[in-house]
Amino acid sequence: MSQAPSRIERRFRALHEQSRAALVTYVMAGDPDADTTLDLLHALVAGGADILELGVPFSDPVADGVAIQLAAGRALRSGMNLPGVLDLVRRFRERNGETPIVLMGYLNPIERMGYGAFAAAASAAGVDGVLTVDLPPEEGEGLLPALREARLAPIFLVAPTTTDRRMAWICEQAQGFVYYVSLKGVTGAASLDLEAVGERLAVVRALTSLPVGVGFGITGPEQAAAVAAVADAVVVGSALVKTIAGGNPGTLPEQITAQVSALRVAMDEAPRARGIAP
Amino acid sequence: MPMPRLEGAGSPLPDARGHFGPYGGRFVPETLVAALEALTEAYHEVGRDPEFRRRLDADLAHYVGRPSPLYLAERLTHEVGGARIYLKREDLNHTGAHKVNNTVGQILLAQRMGKRRIIAETGAGQHGVATATVAARLGLACVVYMGAEDVKRQAPNVYRMKLLGAEVRPVESGSRTLKDAMNEAMRDWVTHVDDTFYVIGSVAGPHPYPMMVRDFQCIIGRETREQMLAQEGRLPDALVACVGGGSNAMGLFHPFLDDPEVALYGVEAAGHGLASGQHSAPLSAGRPGVLHGSRTYLLDDADGQIQEAHSISAGLDYPGVGPEHSWLKDSGRAHYVYATDEEALAAFHRLTRTEGIIPALESAHALAYAERLAARMAPAQTLVVNLSGRGDKDIFTIAAREGIAL
Repeated sequence: MSQAPSRIERRFRALHEQSRAALVTYVMAGDPDADTTLDLLHALVAGGADILELGVPFSDPVADGVAIQLAAGRALRSGMNLPGVLDLVRRFRERNGETPIVLMGYLNPIERMGYGAFAAAASAAGVDGVLTVDLPPEEGEGLLPALREARLAPIFLVAPTTTDRRMAWICEQAQGFVYYVSLKGVTGAASLDLEAVGERLAVVRALTSLPVGVGFGITGPEQAAAVAAVADAVVVGSALVKTIAGGNPGTLPEQITAQVSALRVAMDEAPRARGIAP
Repeated sequence: MPMPRLEGAGSPLPDARGHFGPYGGRFVPETLVAALEALTEAYHEVGRDPEFRRRLDADLAHYVGRPSPLYLAERLTHEVGGARIYLKREDLNHTGAHKVNNTVGQILLAQRMGKRRIIAETGAGQHGVATATVAARLGLACVVYMGAEDVKRQAPNVYRMKLLGAEVRPVESGSRTLKDAMNEAMRDWVTHVDDTFYVIGSVAGPHPYPMMVRDFQCIIGRETREQMLAQEGRLPDALVACVGGGSNAMGLFHPFLDDPEVALYGVEAAGHGLASGQHSAPLSAGRPGVLHGSRTYLLDDADGQIQEAHSISAGLDYPGVGPEHSWLKDSGRAHYVYATDEEALAAFHRLTRTEGIIPALESAHALAYAERLAARMAPAQTLVVNLSGRGDKDIFTIAAREGIAL
């Protein structure tokens, strides 16, 4: 069965041809409000983000560290909800038809909207993938078929604790890319062990032809560059969310563009410096 | 002699993936899946190990003080008029509540798995105290997460935990109560998954916790069954227990599930009343969703955000409930009812004055409903209330509410 390649596939192919790793950025929808988030999404792209992860705020984010917990609180107080997130995506697509968007959140808000209704609305809004942090594939019999039906990529986490056998099974269910959690911890933790990441990444790569992204705990250009040398994608979230939390709304888009640009430049230089890229 | 299995080990539910019908399961971040699988395997192993069972039984007898009495509350029965009211005296356990039945079991398991660090969440502080107690006895490091709001409400238990050598970490996020303490404990576990054992205090959370905690608490129902047969020569007509997460209720109910003549009543906390929206009654006024690792009835808003629960009792102040209760509700085997803050307070005072027993505010919710139920039953009938904890920890809350300075 051949279907037209998705935005995510097209983006990874293009980057692969250039021997570049993808920069995946995470911000929380509605932090501090919907209009600012919309500006920030464009600012992220302007800085060199290849794929946008958009956080869907949830009241009980068990996998998130303090920075993203606080962001979720701000977003909820601004009135953001799942329909609001989809509306944001729709507005983003008015000006950008190419940059893939992955929603990242927790199951209960999706469950409340209804799996089928959510998948159809997300697809219509221009969403490309969905990462539901508290939904391991074995609990996905309701949501996953609905996502596939709507041509949305189900994206899964694999962790340092995931066994090889389970990793193979998760990779079979995944589309778009596989998200390797770089550490035992919550988002934004600061104990990234690059050597260990490299070793586990080799195992993941042997199991799947999908691109492999690495995230959790990547804070600055140096780490992003080091991860870019071994991974297909580098995910940066909490570091950007902290900038948003402390930023002046007027200059925030410029600040974010500059922060992303620094990551992008470091990543693009790194593989050559290490002699990996052709 | 054949190995006595852990109670519930022969139960058809949950299935291998931890599902009770549509409820339960394992809705957790991937990092925890391997830890939950290892825990499930270790639990099944000890279930087949006579030595573990002997050690557990010895601890329950000589450290916890089991069996706990089944006490006929004659003056209360007389005052209420109707069925004879028995109290299952879990308040007489070491540490003053049923919680220790589970912590003894889980921490023995932790020791067996070679874990050196114990974490727990707590609401009223009873589970935190029970965990800190057993951790102290076995020389294990212990960290207890407790909502900042509950730290204020339950100062005596906070101090108790500190005396026992536990570190109490107040949780400032969200509603600063039990659900947020549980979030924070899960974050800790994700971060320290290699050396840490998470002792969940209720029949909630991801598989295998609802099954495992149930099995450890089933000692309550098993004893009640034997004691009723010895004292009355027949099974009780009704069982009544309060339901927050629902561990004391599940422990009492489960050994009677196959006895349809025994009616089961789980009593949720209705706070200021269901109509007020300020309550902790997901089975009575919520709907199924996903929280803390399992699908179950919960309190959420139209967007799927979890709502803050309310109850005068910190131990019932939780917007979810153990998934097996959701299953028992839908299947009709158990009835879920409720009592308000006011009703619980009235029952608290009534038991204290008629029987000389100060009940925990949690248990007072069960008493409040039991009084109503007993009054509708015949004097020849019997009911058992799970007196899940003692009320010493609550006297400050009650005094403050009644304008008394201590």
